Amino acid sequence: MDILVLMKVVPDVVEELEVGPDGKSLDTSFLRTIINERDDHALEQALLLKDKHGGKVTLLTLDAPDIDDVLFTALAKGADRAVKICGVESVQSTQTAVKLFGETIAKTPGLLPVDLILTGVSAIDDLDGLMAAPIAQQLGWAYTGVVTQVALADKTATVIKEFAGGVRGEYEVPTPAVLGIQAAEKPPRYVPVAKVRAAMKSMTIETVDAPAVEAATTVEVQQMAKPQVTGHAEMIEGSPEEVADKICELLAKRGLI
Amino acid sequence: MAGNIWIVAEAWRGQVSEITFELLALGREVAGQAGAPLEAVLLGSNARELAQKLGAADSVLYADNAALADPVPENFATALAQLIKEKQPAAVLVPLTNLSVDVGVVLAAQLGVPFLNYCKDLKAEGGNLTATCVLYGGKMEAAVTASAKPAIIGILPGVRPVEQGRSDKAATVTDVAVTLAAPKVHFKRYLESEAGDVDITQKDFLVAVGRGIQTKDNLDLAEDLAATLGGAVCGSRPVIDQGWLGLSRQVGKSGMNVKPKLYVMLGISGAPEHVEGMKSSQCIIAVNTDAAAPIFNVAHYGVVGDALEITPALTEKIKAKKG
Ligand SMILES: Cc1cc2nc3c(=O)[nH]c(=O)nc-3n(C[C@H](O)[C@H](O)[C@H](O)COP(=O)(O)OP(=O)(O)OC[C@H]3O[C@@H](n4cnc5c(N)ncnc54)[C@H](O)[C@@H]3O)c2cc1C
Repeated sequence: MDILVLMKVVPDVVEELEVGPDGKSLDTSFLRTIINERDDHALEQALLLKDKHGGKVTLLTLDAPDIDDVLFTALAKGADRAVKICGVESVQSTQTAVKLFGETIAKTPGLLPVDLILTGVSAIDDLDGLMAAPIAQQLGWAYTGVVTQVALADKTATVIKEFAGGVRGEYEVPTPAVLGIQAAEKPPRYVPVAKVRAAMKSMTIETVDAPAVEAATTVEVQQMAKPQVTGHAEMIEGSPEEVADKICELLAKRGLI
Repeated sequence: MAGNIWIVAEAWRGQVSEITFELLALGREVAGQAGAPLEAVLLGSNARELAQKLGAADSVLYADNAALADPVPENFATALAQLIKEKQPAAVLVPLTNLSVDVGVVLAAQLGVPFLNYCKDLKAEGGNLTATCVLYGGKMEAAVTASAKPAIIGILPGVRPVEQGRSDKAATVTDVAVTLAAPKVHFKRYLESEAGDVDITQKDFLVAVGRGIQTKDNLDLAEDLAATLGGAVCGSRPVIDQGWLGLSRQVGKSGMNVKPKLYVMLGISGAPEHVEGMKSSQCIIAVNTDAAAPIFNVAHYGVVGDALEITPALTEKIKAKKG
């Protein structure tokens, strides 16, 4: 069972985000990026399937600052091969990313065949689409999104998809298929730094040149800004003790305690 | 604007989802601005009576097909694509629920147009649609024009009050036919929500923990506070994904919708997927180390501080007060 995992990095929202000089995009000068959390779950799901069935897990990403750390970490966790698409801007619209991934998958020798392509169901910067469905469309493969469990048998993946209120659905998906992973069956595994360093020494990251693709033009950002707040919380200040006192008071006033 | 404004009605397990009415309310406004009719599209199997409930739309298209009985997004997308090619709507508004989002993205992929995501508001002006989209987990908003024909737009839950989209008017329903081949993906069955130890939707007091709680052991702090208040602990997605709390304790898009008297949030950033499940709580108190956390735009009271310090202090004070 061979699996291709598509990963991308997104801005780390733990950091303060600022709008760039064009007023339409993020200021990238101090931007820190991290792997899209859902892609990390897609990687974990791929590794869990490899643990069970064997086979190869290949990573495919767009080049970005710090991407090598992401890839070596994934290799240290047990992925077999890492390929990055070079010659691309680090921040991409999802439509463009879809084209870059789709063309690269179709044209780079040795990436296909696989049984599954896994990627995160969505990312916090997915303004103009989600990755998995259009890639499935390009390949003519089956697609299911918001997936939280995958079991593989010959030519079929049995997947669980999440709805709302804790209700889920079980589906049979013929392979090869593209799945949008919401959460892996287990939390993403931890890998010690020493193992990542070892991977850096013993493994290499392959590169492929980005295919020429046209940027999508039907979705255009006119303006980006921090949310205009219609209401803001009344802030409670002081030491933990003082804060606790004030909260207690307001709970009492509202008849909650 | 040439073409109708469409909303894709969501029906699930025999009922029209509330978000359908939110979309009708929004669609009503957009259609007014565009000078175009508002049309709702309902796809299902033996579900025609549900179409009657969509009277807020000027007209309703109802497609009945046995293949639309189960939630197989590919079938719904294929049916919509056929209707879109025939009727040429200007815009198609799709609910951003776990159920319908796959319909939207597969539809957009089939038509080769973008899927405009995370839309929290939409207006028509000067022949164009401008959407306000929530990005980066709620830390930024973008004003976006969508000029694709049709524009497929994913609408976040909570866009308008449900009541605003309900109507006593009987809908004008037109039956339309769609042809569906066997889908690639087969729906097998529903897995019901795990019988939880507690039903968090029934609790007046909830203490919600997020990634900011940092370790499983720290959950004890939240448990103590919840016990003191006479409520229960619930959590955001990362806490559930870590296995620190069961699925039945998840609040948000994939989890439960809760409206307690008090919702205390410890280390939750306020991503839209979480907020949609708790925004109707009567009193929301958020504790977060990040003064710019989006949750402070939602909460009634906010504390910039360390939940690990504030929670035990609060528990003690409440205990003392309650005596
Ligand atoms: C299809 C889909 C469905 C989803 N469904 C849901 C859902 O049902 N429910 C849900 O919750 N999420 C859901 N999500 C995930 C959602 O997008 C967010 O990723 C999630 O809500 C973030 O959880 P969080 O706020 O706990 O973590 P984070 O966003 O990582 O926030 C942690 C916060 O803790 C703060 N913090 C850190 N340390 C401390 C401290 N010591 N004291 C106080 N604060 C601290 C940080 O400042 C930060 O704001 C869904 C996502 C997708 C794509």
